[in-house]
Amino acid sequence: MRSKLTAMAATIVATMAVTGVPATAQKQGGTLKYYHRDNPPTTSIHEEATVSTVNPFMAVFNNLVLFDQQKPSNSLDTIVPDLAESWTWSVDKKTVTFKLRQGVKWHDGKPFTSKDVGCTFDLLLGKAKDGLRLNPRQVWYHNIENVKLNGDLEVAIELKEPQPSFLALLASGYTPVYPCHVSPRDMRSRPVGTGPFKFLEFKRNEVIKLARNPDYWKKGRPYLDAIEVRVIANRSTRILAFVSGEFDMTYDTDVSIPLMKDVQSQAPKAICQLRPTGVYVNLLVNSEAAPFNDPKLRHAMALAIDRKSFDDILGEGKLGVSGAMQPLPEGAWGMPNEVVRSLPGYGKDFEKNLAEARAIMQGLGYGPDKSLKLKVSTRDIAIYRDPAVILIDQLKKIYFDGELDVVDTTIWHRKVTRGDYSVGLNLTGLAVDDPDVNFVENYTCNSERNYNKYCSAEVERLIALQSKEADAAKRKAIVWQIERKLAEDVARPVIHFQRAGTCWYPHVKGIVLHQNSIYNGSRLEDVWLDK
Amino acid sequence: MGTYLIRRLLMMILTLFGISVIIFVLLRVVPGNIADILFDAAGMVNSAEKQKLESELGLDKPIAIQYVTWISGLARGDLGYTYVSEQPALEEILPRIPVTAKLAGLALFFAIIFGVPLGVVSAVRQNTVLDYVLRVVSLSGLSLPSFWLGLLILMAFVHYLGWIPIYTNKPDRLWDELVLLSIPAAAVGFRASALIMRLTRSSMLEVLRQDYIRTARAKGASRVSVNYDHALRNAVLPIITIIGIEAAFLVGGLIVTETVFNIPGVARFLVEAIRWRDYPVVQSLVMFIAVVVVTVNFLVDMAYAVLDPRIRYDN
Repeated sequence: MRSKLTAMAATIVATMAVTGVPATAQKQGGTLKYYHRDNPPTTSIHEEATVSTVNPFMAVFNNLVLFDQQKPSNSLDTIVPDLAESWTWSVDKKTVTFKLRQGVKWHDGKPFTSKDVGCTFDLLLGKAKDGLRLNPRQVWYHNIENVKLNGDLEVAIELKEPQPSFLALLASGYTPVYPCHVSPRDMRSRPVGTGPFKFLEFKRNEVIKLARNPDYWKKGRPYLDAIEVRVIANRSTRILAFVSGEFDMTYDTDVSIPLMKDVQSQAPKAICQLRPTGVYVNLLVNSEAAPFNDPKLRHAMALAIDRKSFDDILGEGKLGVSGAMQPLPEGAWGMPNEVVRSLPGYGKDFEKNLAEARAIMQGLGYGPDKSLKLKVSTRDIAIYRDPAVILIDQLKKIYFDGELDVVDTTIWHRKVTRGDYSVGLNLTGLAVDDPDVNFVENYTCNSERNYNKYCSAEVERLIALQSKEADAAKRKAIVWQIERKLAEDVARPVIHFQRAGTCWYPHVKGIVLHQNSIYNGSRLEDVWLDK
Repeated sequence: MGTYLIRRLLMMILTLFGISVIIFVLLRVVPGNIADILFDAAGMVNSAEKQKLESELGLDKPIAIQYVTWISGLARGDLGYTYVSEQPALEEILPRIPVTAKLAGLALFFAIIFGVPLGVVSAVRQNTVLDYVLRVVSLSGLSLPSFWLGLLILMAFVHYLGWIPIYTNKPDRLWDELVLLSIPAAAVGFRASALIMRLTRSSMLEVLRQDYIRTARAKGASRVSVNYDHALRNAVLPIITIIGIEAAFLVGGLIVTETVFNIPGVARFLVEAIRWRDYPVVQSLVMFIAVVVVTVNFLVDMAYAVLDPRIRYDN
């Protein structure tokens, strides 16, 4: 009996430590202060593809459904109701019907109805008259056939094909419901939502202020009176402000691996957690430009990537190895180590890979006396430049004479899209840890985000197949099959997934960092201050 | 004098017109516009949507028409709307000007009150220990990068001493704000004071060797009177010139200081606007800086006549 009680107590303490939720009642009030690393381009989540916008403004909105904010892993099993009280799938799994919550009001007092959901999807599908200026996630909704409003409190979304992970797309921080009565232009500067916090102001280079929504439909939430997000562009300055106690927490994943040691030594009370950022570093090879149109050459390049060195230099050995989907243990679709190691170019014996790569290059006529000149193009940002420099060094070992081609960030995509590059070093961010996001966005032939225009009928078929598959185990098998095919085709060789830290002081309670996405967990309605 | 004033004013207008054309053209020569950047930030390329956006913002019109639209708006006090926040540019720019003005004013104040007297002392005590010390200090002021000095100051005053917070909230009282700004102003002023000190020293050394200084000493004038009434007054013209140049530089050149100390002023805003190719903001701010520079230069020229009665512009 005693041992059972001890075990129970230990479990409670462990849970408290992980979730930050104490046994005592949550306290109401206070202002959560944290900093932002830069200005969000606008306040409109639907028009942006950066976590800089989602992070501060997710708390202004509600979705139809949401990833449980108190569970660290995002998956189909952790999706909970939000503005939709419940949902049901049709027998053919092609229609999902949402029953909407009654009595919900927008922050300006107008009632929320199914029309707002309809308007949101009109925007996302590009059907609205006064549309979005940018619609970066339109590709997510390519499978929607129709959105039907059944009265004020019911919406049915009809799909062209069954898509089990459709709900995961709706549960992302990227999928808030917008009001019909506020124009997209106004949403870019003065967003109106139904969420736990109302938008107060956004002064560029200064501050974003949100205030508690007293009419929030979820009784007793939020706990905080306000959220104040200060924009501090200089990393040294903002970290200094955090360790000096001016902020309750850092911006999410703003603390790099080397910096985390400094923060913990200067602010020993701070709680810091390292986790994946959902961003992966990858190699773009222009398969249309000679001599890179030769699959053998591309294969040699893939073999020459020494992922361990990247990990040691950039991540102090904490990054690990992965395919295109986020790796285990956090990633829901990650492959076990032995499967990853069996992919072309991922073998443990790097020297063997290197020898094979050299042999291929020699077969193509290159060698120590005849190197192949190339430019590795990348954006003029440190997180791009650093791995690009390492890559150039690694390619030297297989007779490439590389040169760094730093491209102004304003013309990067245009340059890559029109094929004006040989080799590029790229970063790709994933909002939802699901193949329907990653593969569809980055590896399908017609996606606007498939920069290097990789196009394979086989991969298209497999992507469509996994999307329809309801059985999770079978779907995973197809996903791994796609991973193998992508690695074989040297589609966009993945170098590593990034990791970074978030820190906060112990008086901030209720923080649960999602382990497989940084885009879906900043609702902040459960966070409170124990001051 | 009247003719000179009119001539100078006409020159100022011509200079500003030239600057307006140059900045307008240069901005459009730089690769990428706001549409490119917005789509780039969203990680996508969609030519049709990009063209639509360019058309909405008037970026598809001929450059001459764009210029006339902008310059006529500027003449009416209408700076247009910022491309990024879609708010009136004037509303975005105006609150930032006093912040930078206070910072620049304080920095210049520190630079003058330390630079000029220490320059005089250094010249008068030439080749003494004090002179060597002051010269080393001034040299360090010129050679320390301002971002590094700024970070050191932040570490000391914010983290270790806890005397000031990072500038996150604008204090309600002017005095509190000036106290908060005094640290970054001292960091910026250090470089400017070093420059002024070195120039004051060399200018003073030249004057101190003149016959009339010897005459002043011979007739029994006090050391203070010789150094400040006779020598400094005659050495002050190049110092005024450099103070004028520094004043103009400070209005637009506080980028690093505003970034490191997190001060929401004009310079940082301008850099961000350039990054976004936010033409209305960049053009308006550059014109504002140009007006300040031209005006300061004009005032410096006027100051010559006041300080040295021998200077008569009409002749």
